[in-house]
Amino acid sequence: MHRYLAGEDDRRRMLAAIGCASVDELFASIPAAVRCGELPLAPARSEEEVRREFWALAGRNIAPECTASFLGAGVYRHTTPAVADALLQRGEFFTAYTPYQPEVSQGTLQAIFEFQTFVCQLSGMEVANASLYDGATAVVEAVLMAHRIQPDRPRVVVAGSLHPDYRAVLETYCRPQGLTVVAVPWADDGGVDAAALVAALDSRACCLVVQSPNVLGVVEDLPALGEAARRAGALAIQAVAEATSLGLLAPGGAFGYDVVCGEAQAFGLPAAFGGPHLGFFATRQAHMRQLPGRLVGETADADGARGYVLTLATREQHIRRARATSNICTNHGLMALAATIVLSLLGRKGVREVALASHATAEYLKAGIRARGSGRRARLAFPDTPTYDEFLVLHDDADGLLARLKDELILGGVSTSRLGGGLPRGFLVAATEHNTREECDRLLDALRRLA
Amino acid sequence: MAQPTDRMYTKTHEWVQVAGTEATVGITQYAQEQLGDVVFVELPPAGKQATRGGVLGNIESVKAVSEVFAPLAGEVVAANGELETHPELVNQDPYGKGWLVRLKASGAPADLMDAAAYERFLAEEGAH
Repeated sequence: MHRYLAGEDDRRRMLAAIGCASVDELFASIPAAVRCGELPLAPARSEEEVRREFWALAGRNIAPECTASFLGAGVYRHTTPAVADALLQRGEFFTAYTPYQPEVSQGTLQAIFEFQTFVCQLSGMEVANASLYDGATAVVEAVLMAHRIQPDRPRVVVAGSLHPDYRAVLETYCRPQGLTVVAVPWADDGGVDAAALVAALDSRACCLVVQSPNVLGVVEDLPALGEAARRAGALAIQAVAEATSLGLLAPGGAFGYDVVCGEAQAFGLPAAFGGPHLGFFATRQAHMRQLPGRLVGETADADGARGYVLTLATREQHIRRARATSNICTNHGLMALAATIVLSLLGRKGVREVALASHATAEYLKAGIRARGSGRRARLAFPDTPTYDEFLVLHDDADGLLARLKDELILGGVSTSRLGGGLPRGFLVAATEHNTREECDRLLDALRRLA
Repeated sequence: MAQPTDRMYTKTHEWVQVAGTEATVGITQYAQEQLGDVVFVELPPAGKQATRGGVLGNIESVKAVSEVFAPLAGEVVAANGELETHPELVNQDPYGKGWLVRLKASGAPADLMDAAAYERFLAEEGAH
């Protein structure tokens, strides 16, 4: 008798109950051609054997805490105070299900309401939703919203410097909807090519998507790009892959953008392979009825006391079915809570300090690389263009160089060969307030010897 | 309840009042009662071509969102802008100030009921 799986006796009784003679008869309607047959599984092993194998696999990991890590390219390491995790793991939050019933979900709803407030403050927008899965799907939702608002315009103009992962997810959603994604190349300074942009923004364009700072690390000219979109009658969408940048750089909301959205993992979520991540989405009041996803509103109960509820739910799938504004019927509540805790601990001043320190750390590295002269094998791709906490270093054999750095426990960056999207050969270096001066010097020293 | 006799009705509970080539469209007393408090009305922009039976707009109440169907084909000439700030007019005065859109009719109305027929239809539906 197996401890977890149904035994022969259970199986026989279940088959008898549904009137089948055998398991084969139960699955007889599945054509042989689509059956996988016997799976080539290794022979069963004992618990102890399995445990040892997993420890051996775990031993091959390099714990980022033991390295000087400059990995970024969409996922950023920042300092998270221990109190954030302690609060996050309280059962009341950790095990809470989606807050359909306001009368039993006030804590969760209040946390989400505060998250929305923070997102509005950071983005300079009027309405923010309760969060989405990640930056890539946030951009998708923004584009789909733009097309709902302008259904007669089937073109989506994106800066070619949008994160290639975001671009790939966007293409996946757009193709079956009949939307064409048109990418505008970047110019020599790493920013969007203005002339090509104006040409692409014709009367068929429902929106323009610009990531700033873009995947090359470059800070885009948001006012000019937003103006170009507006002149063409297209919605202006800013994608943000590094949310702490909003502590230093003016957001799209300050320049009349219709949507500011992206990835807020940088606030309180560890840099983990595969996530979880935290999508955020903010827009103008005028587009509120077309907003995707959950929205928490503040209200007053029968006694006049402050309370929170899911609001404008008629946009959503459980009420509007096929005509819902989005197929997302949930949010990343726990991740949004993590960001809310970190943002409330940092405050306005703290967010700015994190951003300034991250920028300063990256500038220190840039200065060190620049000082070596332009003829070297590792050199700045855009030495004269403003960047935030990440920048592109050109190198013919980035993968080889990064492997040599890893031997010294330095994770020097993300090779563009891993990202695709037609990026120049080289690697992205991200530096945040989490990186010490000593780590930066180790990287610069290693580049001097190994690049 | 007696329906106004100066207009025609659809089985989806819209009314249409035709004057020359212009047709005014709204929803019926019965429809607004079924919807409950209307909180938002989404109407098409002027110039949009409506097909007969096609979706003209959406009416959102506290309970649900319902589509409004065009009783006849035509070009949208005007939408009731008053509803942007006062959607409750659809509840208070569905046959008057709560009108939704004016169409320049491009086809003759078909399959519409007069007031008496609509009342019989409501009775058959068990609405009374």
